[in-house]
Formats: sequence, C-alpha cells, structure tokens
Amino acid sequence: MTSSLNAIVPMACVTAAAIAAMVAEAFRDPGERMPIAGLGVVGLVGAAIATVLLWNHDTSSFGVVVADNFGLFVTGILIVVGLLSLAFSGPAIERERLPGGEYYALMLFAVAGMMLMATATDLVVIFLALEVLSLAVYVLTGIRRDSPASTEAALKYFLLGAFSSAFFLYGIALTYGLAGSTRLDRIGSLMAAQSLTPTPMQLLALGFLLVGFAFKVSAVPFHMWTPDAYEGAPSAVTGFMSTGVKAAAFAAFVRVFLAAFDPLRHEWWIVLWVVAAATMIVGTVVGVAQTNVKRMLAYSSIAHGGYLLVALLSANDVGKGAVLFYLLAYAVTNLGAFGVIAVLESAEGANDNVRDYAGLWEAHPALAGLMTLFLLSLGGFPPLAGFIAKWYVFSAAVKAGYTGLAIIGVLTSVVSVFFYLRIVVMMYMTPADSPPRLPSVPRVAGLALVVSAILVFYLGILPTRVLDWAAASISTIF
Amino acid sequence: MPFPILTSLVALPIAGALLLMLVGRDEQQAPLARRIALVVSLLVFAETLLLWSRFNGASADFQFVERYEWIPAFGISYFVGVDGISLFLLVLTGFLTPLAFLGSWESVHHKTRAFCIVVLLLESAMIGVFVSLDLFLFYVFWDAMLIPMYFLIGIWGYDRRIYAAVKFILYTMAGSVLMLLAILTLAYLQKEAGGAYSFDLVKLYDLDIAPNLQLWLFAAFALAFAIKVPLFPFHTWLPDAHVEAPTAGSVILAGVLLKMGTYGLIRFAFPLFPQAAAFFAPALAVLAVVGIIYGALVAMVQPDMKKLVAYSSVSHLGFVVLGIAAMNVQGVQGAVYQMLNHGISTGGLFLIVGMLSDRRHTRLISEYGGLKKVTPRLVAAFLIITLSSIGLPGLNGFVGEFLILLGAFRWDPTLTAFAASGVILSATYMLWMFQRVNYGAVENEKNARLPDLQPREWAVIVPIIAAAILMGVLPNLFLRPIEPAVDRLVNQIQQEQRSPTRVQAGIGSRVQDPGPR
Repeated sequence: MTSSLNAIVPMACVTAAAIAAMVAEAFRDPGERMPIAGLGVVGLVGAAIATVLLWNHDTSSFGVVVADNFGLFVTGILIVVGLLSLAFSGPAIERERLPGGEYYALMLFAVAGMMLMATATDLVVIFLALEVLSLAVYVLTGIRRDSPASTEAALKYFLLGAFSSAFFLYGIALTYGLAGSTRLDRIGSLMAAQSLTPTPMQLLALGFLLVGFAFKVSAVPFHMWTPDAYEGAPSAVTGFMSTGVKAAAFAAFVRVFLAAFDPLRHEWWIVLWVVAAATMIVGTVVGVAQTNVKRMLAYSSIAHGGYLLVALLSANDVGKGAVLFYLLAYAVTNLGAFGVIAVLESAEGANDNVRDYAGLWEAHPALAGLMTLFLLSLGGFPPLAGFIAKWYVFSAAVKAGYTGLAIIGVLTSVVSVFFYLRIVVMMYMTPADSPPRLPSVPRVAGLALVVSAILVFYLGILPTRVLDWAAASISTIF
Repeated sequence: MPFPILTSLVALPIAGALLLMLVGRDEQQAPLARRIALVVSLLVFAETLLLWSRFNGASADFQFVERYEWIPAFGISYFVGVDGISLFLLVLTGFLTPLAFLGSWESVHHKTRAFCIVVLLLESAMIGVFVSLDLFLFYVFWDAMLIPMYFLIGIWGYDRRIYAAVKFILYTMAGSVLMLLAILTLAYLQKEAGGAYSFDLVKLYDLDIAPNLQLWLFAAFALAFAIKVPLFPFHTWLPDAHVEAPTAGSVILAGVLLKMGTYGLIRFAFPLFPQAAAFFAPALAVLAVVGIIYGALVAMVQPDMKKLVAYSSVSHLGFVVLGIAAMNVQGVQGAVYQMLNHGISTGGLFLIVGMLSDRRHTRLISEYGGLKKVTPRLVAAFLIITLSSIGLPGLNGFVGEFLILLGAFRWDPTLTAFAASGVILSATYMLWMFQRVNYGAVENEKNARLPDLQPREWAVIVPIIAAAILMGVLPNLFLRPIEPAVDRLVNQIQQEQRSPTRVQAGIGSRVQDPGPR
C-alpha cells in the first residue's frame, strides 16, 4: 500500500466542480443561462478517469482514506448516480426556477461526501463524510422553498437524521474509549483479541453504530422518514438520494461491520437477521397499500435495502460481491424509474399518483416502455439487471446457510411484483381519465433514460465483466 | 461449426419482433404487422420441422447441443439441446403459434402490432424453456415467459382481464421463486462435490444428494411445476386466465404453457431427485386423480364454453401427471404423447370457441343451439376436435390416454380405476356441451344467419384436424423418437431409486460434450 494524495483525487475532482458551480452561480446575472451542469459532468468524468487509473493500485492517503478496489467500485457507482441525476435534474430546475448553481453544487458536494464515505477507513472520517453528504441532501430535499410538502420533508429528514447522527457519534465515542483508536483496522484487531466475552460497552458501541447505519440505509424500524422525504423531494433528488446515499452508507456499513466488528459477528448476526427480514417484509407489504408512485418506490427502496442487508449478513466472498453488484444494478434501475417520474412532472402538478399513469402507453409509448423495463427489473425479472442482482444475493444467503432469509427474500419479491405491476396495469390496461397533456421529453433526460435502460439490459444479459470486477473488489480488503 | 439450429429457433421470433418495431404503430399498418408475424411464425414452424427431420430418433442423447460460457465464475453456460422428450414440444410450439395468429386475425382490433410482438416474444421464451439444459438458463426463460403472457391477457383479454393477468403472474411467480432457491442449492452442492459451481443439468443428474435434502428440493421444484400444470389444488388461476385471455392467449396457454409444468417434472424434478420422487409420487398421483375427476365434474356444470374447456384441461393434465408419477416406460411415453395431444385438441377447442365468439360475441352455451343446420362445416370440425379431446380410437387422444392408463395400472391399479372414470366423465361433459350448442332447433334468432367457415378459418382448422388424425393413426411416427429418451430416463431413475448409493457409471455420458467454443 503506497501513501500519497492520489486516493482522494476522485473526490477532489468532484469538490472542485462543486466549488466552480458555486462561483459560477455567484457571477451569474439573474435570468442568464449558464451550463453549470456541464461543470458537474466535467468533474464527474475527471473522477471517473481517476478511478480507472487508481484501480488495482490500493493507494492510501493520510492513512484514513483508502482507494482500494472496493471503494473504487462504489465510487464508480456514485459517478454513474451523479451523472444520471444531473441529467434528470435539468427539467425541474428550468420549470420551477430553482437556483441552478446551488442545486448542482449541493449535489456535487453530496457526491464528494459519498465518495469519501465509501473509501474512509477511520470512524471519524466516516462520520465527517456522512455529515457532508447528509447536510447537502437535507437542503436538496427542501430546495423547493415555496412548497410546503418539500419543506416538511426536509425538516423531518433533518430532525431524524440529526438524531441518528448523534447515535452514530456516540457509538464512535464508545468505540474510541474501548480501542483507543478510531482506525478500523486497529479496532478490528482489538475486538478480535477480546471477542470471547464481549463487554457491555462493546455491545453498546456496536448497537449505536448499527442504529446510525440502519437509519441511513432506511432499515426497519428506522425507515419512517423515507416515504415522507422521498415524496416531498423533487423526483430527481429522490432518485439521487435513494441510490447514492444507500450506496455510500452500505459501503461504510460493510467496511465497519465486516472489517472492524467482524470478531463480534456472533453478537450482531441475529440482530441483522431480524432487521433484514423486517425490512424486506415491511417494505413490500406496506408498499402494496400505496397510491402515490413516489411513496411506493420509497417502500420498494426500503425493501431493496433489506436484500442488501441479506448480502451483507451472508458476508462470504459471494455476499460481498453481491452487495456491490446489487448496489450498481439497483442504482441504475431505480434512477431510471425516478427519471421517468421526473420527466412526467409538470408545472401544474407532480403527476405522481398511480392514477396519473393511466393510459401512458397511448400518450407516450416510449416512456411507458422504459418505466415498465425499470419496474420489471426492480421486481427481479430476467433478463434484466435486477434479476441477476437478486440471484447473486440469494446465492450468498443460501451459501451462508441463511435459507430462511432467502425464502423471505424471494417471497417478498413476489409481493413487490404486485405493486410494481399496479403501475404497469395503469399504463397499459387502463384508459386515461382525461386526455393527458404531457411535456415533451428533454433531450438530455431522454438520453439518460436510454442509457439507464441499456445498462439494465447489459447487467442482466452480459453481467460477467461487472461480476468479475465486483469479485476483484472484495478480494483486496477483508 | 454446425448450423446453430436451436439458437436460431430461439432468436428467430425475437428477430421478428424487432422487425415489427419498424412497422408503424397506427392501426392502418395492422395488416402488414399481422402478415409479418404470421410469416415469421411459419418460418419458425418450418425450422422445427427441419429439426425433426434431422433428429436421430434412435438415440437417447441430447442432440444439436450448443454450449457457450455465459457467466463462468458461477459455472453458468448457455447450454441447449433436444432429445425425444422435448423435440415434439418444440414442433408443437411452432405448430400452434401461427394458428394462434390466424385464429385471432380478426378478433384483435387494437394495438395489433404490439400484440404480434408480444406473441412472438412469448414463442421465443417457450422455445427457450424446452431447449435449456442449464438450470439457470431454464429459469431465465421460465420467468421471462411470464411477462409477455401477462401483457397478452391484460391488454387483449376480456372484462376481468387485469385480475386474471395479475393472478396468473403472481401464482406462477410464487411457485417459481422457491424453485430458484432450490436451483441455487443444487449449484452449491455441486461445488462441494465437484469443486466448482455448475448449473449444467447433465452434471447435476450425477450429483449425490442426501435423501432428506432431496425431499425439500423436490418439493420446491414440484410446487413450481404443479402450479404451472396446474395440479389440483393449485389450479385456481387457470380458469381465470383461460377465460379472460384472448383466443391466441388461450391457445398458447393451454397448448404450450401448461406443458412446461409436466415437462419440468419429467426433465428436472424426477431425474434430479429420484429418491424424493419415489417418496412423493403416490401423493402426486392422488392429486392428479383428484384433479381428473374434480376437473371433469366442474367442467360439466360450466355455462361458459371457455371455462368448460379450461376445467377439462385440469382433468386432462391430471392424466399426464399420473403417467409421470407411474415412472415406467409406458406411463411416461403416454404422458409425453398426451402432452402433445392435449395441445392439439384443446388448442383446437379454444380456436373453435374463438370462432363462435367472433360471430356471436358470447361464449355462453345457453346462447347457442342448433348450429348444425346453420354452420354445418364448422360443426363438423367441432365434432372431430371434440372426439379427439374425448379420446376416440383413431384420433390422437386415445393413444396417449391408453398408454398412460396402461403404465399407471402396472403401478397402482386402484388409482388407475378412478382415473379411468375420468375418461367416461370427459365424454359426458364434452358431448353434452356439443349437443347443447349444435343440436336441437335454432331457438335464438341471432344464431339463424351465422356464416360458416371462412377461408382463413379453414386454414386454422384443417391443420389441427390433420394433426389429430395423423397422431391417432400413425402414433409410431411420434412415439419412436420419444422412446429412447424415455427409456433411458426411466432406467436412470429406477436404478437410482433401487440403490441409495449411486452407481456412478453409465449416467454421465448423456452428451458428447463439444466443449466450450
């Protein structure tokens, strides 16, 4: 492992783009159009190049940020998430006259925070990253200042998020008290030395950290904020946070639990088992009752968090690869779905009720087809990305002997198909209430949707290469 | 490298569907879309005939095998091949799809292009299910097939189509996801035994599985297939799906989709878990016989012709499952043959009902009566297909039922006696319906001026009748290629059932592996 500044280059690129976006906004005359999103694209592409160059080099900066393949794979996912989210944001910014510079800067800062979270190997740095991304996302959630729903969502998200951050911080403090260090590797070796009889303090530290992570990945019973925040935020932001935040949080979750706290596995596996089962069940069962598409997808994303927890819990070579592949497949698919929702939003209303999708096939067959594709992939149908991802997760669970979780997983995914299909039924089999006036699809957003669709097919039909990358990523650490 | 005939069979309908995307969406272009779809499906049929003509009927091996690495890290390959058991199911698929297009030539009025695309995609997935020899690949086709069928029922079906479509997809999925877990478990067992993951069916045939675990895995597979067949008491989705589906959907559903369940039992569940199969066979047989009698009794009281035919499917497929459960050469051979027969005769019945409902827009038996005088040719065709469904000697249905009962009798005479009563019951409900629809006086004014068979309908019905007669008169034409594969399968299973510690020799050499290319 070589030490240099190289490991932070990807997030430095994104941060630079974010600062440039802020500066550009400051110099922008009111009403003047500026290609600020372009700055973001440049920053993300720079980060992507850096990621490719860093691959397989295992560089480390300051001893607390490690660009190992695991972190770089997640960084890659975050770059995809960032690019697609930028593309889907354009229409809403134009339509609702949102402050473009601030919006893009916040999104890029959030991406930088996520990248830091995915590569950090020190609890304090993880916390720092968590706050960077959370604060940016709180503001993005409430960026429609004149919308009560948006403000309410942001406030709820902020209050509960701050609360969970406190838990997380307390967990860090207790861990430091135990280990005398916040570095994950040192904590790991210390825990291993004492793991025969875990002290109450160890268990407390573990529990607090678990609560903090469970909140960020919206695992049951810490999921309450999710539907409100997802519904209130602009659709592009919802897509961004349902995929990016989840990817970053899971990356850190995997690192902390499988590196530092693995010696205590005997204590935490049963808790995670129950949390994973509850997350899958609550996410799907409550999702069935939703009539708002964004809330429905919020519960769906809770359920998908449950599948990811199954992969994390399985914690064998397959499971770690499965976390990475699942995060990518889920990110591409879910962003695509929220992209369609974002395109369908109009100045008159959000058009996000299930009813609003009636007759979409007649009005806009391409959008209906894309939405169907994304929903079927979320439901886990072959030959789409979601199928391979689920198959990978359940493989890990079967191999690790968690057959019960695997059975819960496959059955809840059948239940989830029921509500995904409700949207499909509306689009294809129900005539529209009134002749819909649909906005034309902006070119950039349309292109992003097509790219997502191609990725969904690619990951579903020819997953070998990405599976190999995921497998290579996990062999570098742990 | 030989011509990859199986891959081209899977790909041809997809190519046709892509071609159809180029046709305009509006209904002006509908005739063009229909013609393209028909031509493509006829080409597929021609190719299945070519496959048959080049098939070596004396061999029990998988033929036309293709194998490419797909996801090497998990031992997943694109591995396809046919033997005598799957050969005719492919021919049947190729045979029924063009008829389904022709049969719904005029009854599909909206979204014609999309209709054609969906049916072609469905055909491709069905062919994929029958040729897959890799369990992962099989599952992919098995699940992918649900989506086009769902759209077919949901968009072009009758009044309660959405309910029926959702019920169809949820029922089938609920069964198949547990099979997915069983498949994964098999791959891990293979890794423990052989050092590497594999989903290769031929390798997995050789896998030693503890009898206890076999029970669970067999149960997971059998549940998926039992729902698909459908075996009593998992049949409740079928009447809804059949009744609400458009004619083309019913024909394909009854003709091909239901066969996937029985095919799965023969190809996967029984040979993979022979000891568990021996344990569960009596229970399966009892459910099958209950289904035979229950399906027949319920069919008898149906006021709706389509529903009657749907319940008759439950009854007929009970025979197939009975033959499989007997697991001797006659039983399985009869089961495979009866799968084809049921495809022809029930497909034909749905086409006839479709023709009647095209004319009168109702499927209620009480709305008809005395059609013999109005549409004599249609009624003649109706009669032949009805008799074929009942199992009249000289037509196809007889041979299959006879073989099944023969095989089952050697295994369990009591159950067979009950099953045989189903033959009589089927004559009762079919002939009674036939009589109420076609004989007597024309009481309903609307029936007085119905047109007789149109040229297009001749083109639909003549092939069905020809197939029914051919299969009844020359059964050996079909049974001979089926026999070697069935022989080997039955021997393999019986041998393993007798010796709990497996005999390693002799089973593994089913395929001459061409190796990855």
